[in-house]
Amino acid sequence: MPAGYRKTLIRQIGQHAHSEIVGQLPEGNWITRAPTLERKAILLAKVQDEAGHGLYLYCAAETLGVSRDELTEKLLDGRMKYSSIFNYPTLNWADMGAVGWLVDGAAILNQVPLQRTSFGPYARAMVRVCKEESFHARQGFDVMRKMATGTPAQQKMAQDALNRLWFPALMMFGPSDAESTHSEQSMAWKIKMNSNDELRQKFVDQTVPQIEFLGLELPDAGIKWNEARGSYDYSDPDWSKFFDVIQGNGPCNVDRLAARNKAWKDGAWVRDGLLAHARKKAARKHAAE
Amino acid sequence: MAQDLTADQALFQFLLRMGDNTLILGHRVSEWCGHAPVLEEDIALANTALDLIGQTQMWLGLAAEVQGEEKSADDLAFLRDVWEFRNVLLVEVPNEDFGRTLMRQFLFDAWHSIQLGHLMTSSNARIAAIAAKTSKEVACHLERSADTVVGLGDGTEQSHDYMQAALDYPWPYVGEMFSSDAVDAAMVQAGIAPDPAALRGEYDALITRVLTEATLTLPESSFGHKGGRTGAMHTEHLGHLLTQMQWLQRAYPGASW
Ligand SMILES: [Fe+2]
Ligand SMILES: [Fe+2]
Repeated sequence: MPAGYRKTLIRQIGQHAHSEIVGQLPEGNWITRAPTLERKAILLAKVQDEAGHGLYLYCAAETLGVSRDELTEKLLDGRMKYSSIFNYPTLNWADMGAVGWLVDGAAILNQVPLQRTSFGPYARAMVRVCKEESFHARQGFDVMRKMATGTPAQQKMAQDALNRLWFPALMMFGPSDAESTHSEQSMAWKIKMNSNDELRQKFVDQTVPQIEFLGLELPDAGIKWNEARGSYDYSDPDWSKFFDVIQGNGPCNVDRLAARNKAWKDGAWVRDGLLAHARKKAARKHAAE
Repeated sequence: MAQDLTADQALFQFLLRMGDNTLILGHRVSEWCGHAPVLEEDIALANTALDLIGQTQMWLGLAAEVQGEEKSADDLAFLRDVWEFRNVLLVEVPNEDFGRTLMRQFLFDAWHSIQLGHLMTSSNARIAAIAAKTSKEVACHLERSADTVVGLGDGTEQSHDYMQAALDYPWPYVGEMFSSDAVDAAMVQAGIAPDPAALRGEYDALITRVLTEATLTLPESSFGHKGGRTGAMHTEHLGHLLTQMQWLQRAYPGASW
């Protein structure tokens, strides 16, 4: 395996795993406030799935010779990134719909082609992840539908969530191909199969009719059907904001990383204790044999 | 009060006790989501919370039927105030750290599994069915919480100290699970549920075995806080928990979610 290919894979898989882990936080933010027992159970199950995705991805990275702890340290001290989308706050209950529908929805478009990516363990992890992500997207849409057809206050929440998350969701596909730093090489290695702009257009084309179905207002005045292209035109996100978030200046960067660092630091005695016990047990077993 | 209690009223109170325990503990455990010491624990804690919330739907669903006021499990969970809750105090104390959370879980799981074992032979078929279904989940919870208590108690010196403190704090809340009142007497008489006091021997044997393996020392005090399961007294913590849990239902009454 060429060193550059390996390095790129570790970066991409590691970042993906970190995104699943940090991605627990914006939705975890609403678990204790879920409005019904059923919604609470669905949300818990979803966030649990995301933790599971993190686990398979760290395992896939381990096959490249990098340990989970090593990757975790790099996340915690900022040497590795996670998806910027998780640096936005979840402010009302409809966000639990919008996140599943738009964020998991966009993630699926990014990840479906990865099921055929050139590195087997990553491709296999993606098959399982994609199945669960489409379930999340459907559940998210269901929450959104309930909100969009609910009381005036609920409709307001739905619109607010859509307006806030639309451009961040578009940014999940990365900067325009011309400006993307890693795209070209990754496409040549078949780690990446479609261009950022292709996938973004696909997302807009599938989502606009859904927004109309929900009866919500379009979040961007620039959205218009383009007969000649057979696609929707839309406004380009403000990429300076994207780069701000990447630089650490998104609304939640500091809090998200602090939460992960706190969990890791507070949990040190637990990890040490369980490891010490496992060693004692093995030693006792060894002595008895 | 005792003689005024009709059979249905007593049954309703009993079902609230079961359902409020799982509701409040499930809520507490769900607070961990995304903040656990290792990824496997994030998954396991979410799983425990998920089971407990599912069990709540069954217990409070049946409670609402017995109550006969056209309410749902959600109405009971989200629209009652502190004094109407019937959970034991043990489940409402805050998570604090991972050790306290797991110790609370173990002390509850041990009671829960014994209780469900008895409820499987309840004269009430609905209760027996819920017990049969949930006892499998609770057996897994108990196995996991007991293993973790042993692992951390008999881990490093530091983890041992954390776990001893984690045992000392909730210990005064354990006794309440075994106190009996008129509701329990009615349940025993109808063959619906065992007398709580009768479970203590089996419980003590179970936890003593695990805590000894964990190299932890049972506190000597036998004092027990009470009031949760009768509703006479809760901790101050419950109100804050409800403030968060019930917020949307309270702020937007009548909305469907
Ligand atoms: Fe995921
Ligand atoms: Fe997802």
